[in-house]
Amino acid sequence: MDLLRSSVLTLIVFLPAVGSVIVALMPKEKEDLIKKFSIWWSVIPLLLTTWLAIDYATNFLRGNQMAYQAKFAWIPSIGVNYHVGADGLSVPLLFLTALLTTLGLYYSARVIRKRVKEFFLLFLLLATGMFGVFVSLDLILFYVFWEIGLVPMYFLIGIWGNPKDRPQYAAIKFFLYTLAGSIFMLLAMIGVYLSTGTFDILDAAAKGVWLNAPTFAMLSFWAFFIAFAIKVPSFPFHTWLPDAHTAAPTAGSVILAGVLLKLGAYGILRVLLSLFPGQFAQFGWIVALLGVIGIVYGAFVSLAQTDLKRLIAYSSVSHMGYIMLGIGAVGVALGMKNVAGAQESAAMAFNGASLQMFMHGIITGALFFLVGVIYERAHTRDLKVFGGLSAVVPVYYATMMFAGFASLGLPGLAGFWAEFFTFRGAFGIVPVLAVIGVIGIVITAAYILYRIIQSLFLGEFDPKRWDHWTTVFGEHADGPTDMALFEKVTLWPLVILMVLLGLWPTPLLAFFNEASVNILSSLHF
Amino acid sequence: MTLNVSAIIRLLSPELILLITAFVVIGVDLARRRQDDGRTAATVAVVGLLLAAFASVLLYLSQPGEIVLFTMAIDVYGLFFKTAAFIGIALVIIGSVNFMAGRSKYLGEFYALLVFAALAISVAVSATNLILVYIGIEFLSITSYILAGFLRGDKRSEEAAIKYFLYGASAGAILLFGLSILYGVTGTTDMATIGDLLLRSDSAHWLGLVALMMVLAGIGYKASLVPFHQWAPDTYDGAPTPVSAFLSTASKAAGFAVLGRVILTAFPQFQPDWTQILGAIAVLTMFLGNLTALKQKSVKRMLAYSSIGQAGYILLGLAAVNASPDFGGVNGLMIYLFGYIFTNIGAFLLLLAIEKKSGGSTDMEQFDGLATRSPVIALLMAFFLISLAGVPPTAGFLGKFYVFAAVMNQQMLVLGALAALNTVIAAFYYLNVIRHMYFSESTVEGGVSASKGLMTVLVVNAVMILAIGVFAQFFMVWVNNSVTMLVANGF
Repeated sequence: MDLLRSSVLTLIVFLPAVGSVIVALMPKEKEDLIKKFSIWWSVIPLLLTTWLAIDYATNFLRGNQMAYQAKFAWIPSIGVNYHVGADGLSVPLLFLTALLTTLGLYYSARVIRKRVKEFFLLFLLLATGMFGVFVSLDLILFYVFWEIGLVPMYFLIGIWGNPKDRPQYAAIKFFLYTLAGSIFMLLAMIGVYLSTGTFDILDAAAKGVWLNAPTFAMLSFWAFFIAFAIKVPSFPFHTWLPDAHTAAPTAGSVILAGVLLKLGAYGILRVLLSLFPGQFAQFGWIVALLGVIGIVYGAFVSLAQTDLKRLIAYSSVSHMGYIMLGIGAVGVALGMKNVAGAQESAAMAFNGASLQMFMHGIITGALFFLVGVIYERAHTRDLKVFGGLSAVVPVYYATMMFAGFASLGLPGLAGFWAEFFTFRGAFGIVPVLAVIGVIGIVITAAYILYRIIQSLFLGEFDPKRWDHWTTVFGEHADGPTDMALFEKVTLWPLVILMVLLGLWPTPLLAFFNEASVNILSSLHF
Repeated sequence: MTLNVSAIIRLLSPELILLITAFVVIGVDLARRRQDDGRTAATVAVVGLLLAAFASVLLYLSQPGEIVLFTMAIDVYGLFFKTAAFIGIALVIIGSVNFMAGRSKYLGEFYALLVFAALAISVAVSATNLILVYIGIEFLSITSYILAGFLRGDKRSEEAAIKYFLYGASAGAILLFGLSILYGVTGTTDMATIGDLLLRSDSAHWLGLVALMMVLAGIGYKASLVPFHQWAPDTYDGAPTPVSAFLSTASKAAGFAVLGRVILTAFPQFQPDWTQILGAIAVLTMFLGNLTALKQKSVKRMLAYSSIGQAGYILLGLAAVNASPDFGGVNGLMIYLFGYIFTNIGAFLLLLAIEKKSGGSTDMEQFDGLATRSPVIALLMAFFLISLAGVPPTAGFLGKFYVFAAVMNQQMLVLGALAALNTVIAAFYYLNVIRHMYFSESTVEGGVSASKGLMTVLVVNAVMILAIGVFAQFFMVWVNNSVTMLVANGF
């Protein structure tokens, strides 16, 4: 058991990479074999992360510790280690990554028709990068995985993107934006080492970074913050997102929205908050402000979209704003140690932000799959050509209703708890910003109901308005056909999760609460 | 320090091996002329170079620190560069045999010249005496001029050679002038003594500064530093591709190695001055190289400008030199160059496969859809480009990491920020080639093919790049060890 516990994270991280090497060695004509192999191979990390969640919940909750640690010297001359570990914050995100990867591969096996081998190879490699970020406890290791995740996504957008959406432009924009942030983050990481003599996140946090050099501390804070804010993306660094999400193939958008955006938020909580609590207290209000701007701005822009995929892309900007608001509130609370209730509010906001990371992953993941469902049939995403689909494709309608309502935060579905905790926490700390943020919820309801539900499903179905229907397998069809079996298999696990977590968020909350208690108490808060 | 003959032979064994090899190559070629497209000569040259590299490694392991014949330091710093350069030149030869066959009648001479160039590098990086520095650099230059213009009848190759020659001759004169000032001020040609004397004499400061600038110009052109770079784009672009690979890597590494030794042993007390000067030159070099590379339509020319930009990053290591054992700057320069040699040789030699298919053109269109036509070649090229861009876990990342860390260690924040900015600019044009290879539809029919030798070299380079990035500690021990000795000896 101890052996398994110390090696499980390494297995989770590197198994996908091994899988992609195996795929590389397969002949590219054997597409069926490649697809089957990739899907089943990705199930192994999924099982491991499931075990991880159960094991963590039974053995490590209330232990206040970083579990499953493994540490080997990598470049000992400068103290760079292969140091991995997982706590309540990373375990659910690892599960989310594994789940969306398997679902993405499964879905793609049916809809990806060109350059199959490369697609599955890159998709597996991408998983390694994402898993790696969530478990790294060494800054250089963190950076390496951060960049490794970047390259496959660049190819996924560029090669399999829809030619109408300028995928090459979107891909390079995505890459350069992220690189521009991360290269300055690398400089700041070096600064952490020069200040503390270690690249280890836990050790550096314990020692304190640039305690006697406020200017360096501030510069480092912003270098880290901008790198993470670009990835989140937070307003005003969000402009790559609509292009990348719209251009990416369906499974790529799902991973992009479901997991890659979380890397930024995760980085803020894991790295920035632990290393620079003082600066966070000082500048937390800016983080919260950017979050609120993102919420409201993203929601308004979503409302104005006529392209379904672009709408959901902008809704991500808005929803990631909740996370920034929550995190910013935590930061502000750090500077309010003597204010009654600030501590509870900070914990609430932390939990809300982390819940939103997970919930947004499953909800927006599902929404992007749903865009894929309609796009594979109609070959357009223009909302103006649809209408009245509710009677024609009832299963699709029902699934979209679940995902849409979860997205707008209907109580009883997953999104509600994230928003509830975020705003409950933020009200106690930054009430004005929180009130403005609530406007975003109203507009979210507007674009989900008005833009998505009404224009897609309500009204009379008029077959003359659009006549390029095919089935999902590319055969000619006279009208829209309902979801095929593989689409149900892809989507329903996500829907079930939305309902289960909506009714009973306690198990998931237990993980995040563990992390928030742990991280906040380590800041002597 | 007097050494007996056998000790001297042992310490100079790499040079002696190369000297013998060069003459054997010419002899073999005379005997087998026109029978095997120079394959025997190339084989002999490669074996000799690898033997010399092996001898250097053996010497390195014995941790020598001797001055031989009062002019050459056989120390780990020099041996590190020798090993890297010999291996690099051997790779260039293996990769270029098929390309050169049939293009020239004088194949034996071609390979012999590359071996002589290796010898020149070997002498230059060891030189502790002004005269020998000059001889080493000039020796390297003269072999390089001939190599650049080796394809007689090819106008661009001739232009490359003439440009390089005219520029190199002037730079050589300036170098000599600078060295003569140093001699005039101090009355000696031994660099360590010069360093001592300059330290004691305040009045010589401004003369020393003038000499420093001239030395910088004279050696800086070898490393293609702006503003001494004007020859580089046309020469890298016009020279036969294997020669470009050699000039932009081994020859450039030699320039940096000599510059490092001269500055650290003869001018240590000028550090406040050259930190500023080198920092400014590094910024200019990065910006000029990277911004100009953005607009290139030919990949070969883009790589030419890219290798100017890369020189800027490398120079950061020297600009930020300090006594820290972790991020001392010189170790960054060395690991950067070590990885860069494999990366850039890989990228340039890969162009041979493209040129063979296209009949000489390396325009971006030739790369369109390469990933579907020749997946392995495209993957290798993508890998080299990603390493040049500095994405982990490649050698390119490790090098950038170490030079950036040295800059941060010296708290040169503006310099660090400008270098970081350049990394983003450079990523754009490296990714642009990847875009053509992976995203664009083919405009050309059929795949490109690489000869067995070329393919071997490319794969070896890719493996090395990955190995340096992953087993970083193994290589850093070598590098750090080399620097410790240098610092103990002089700086």
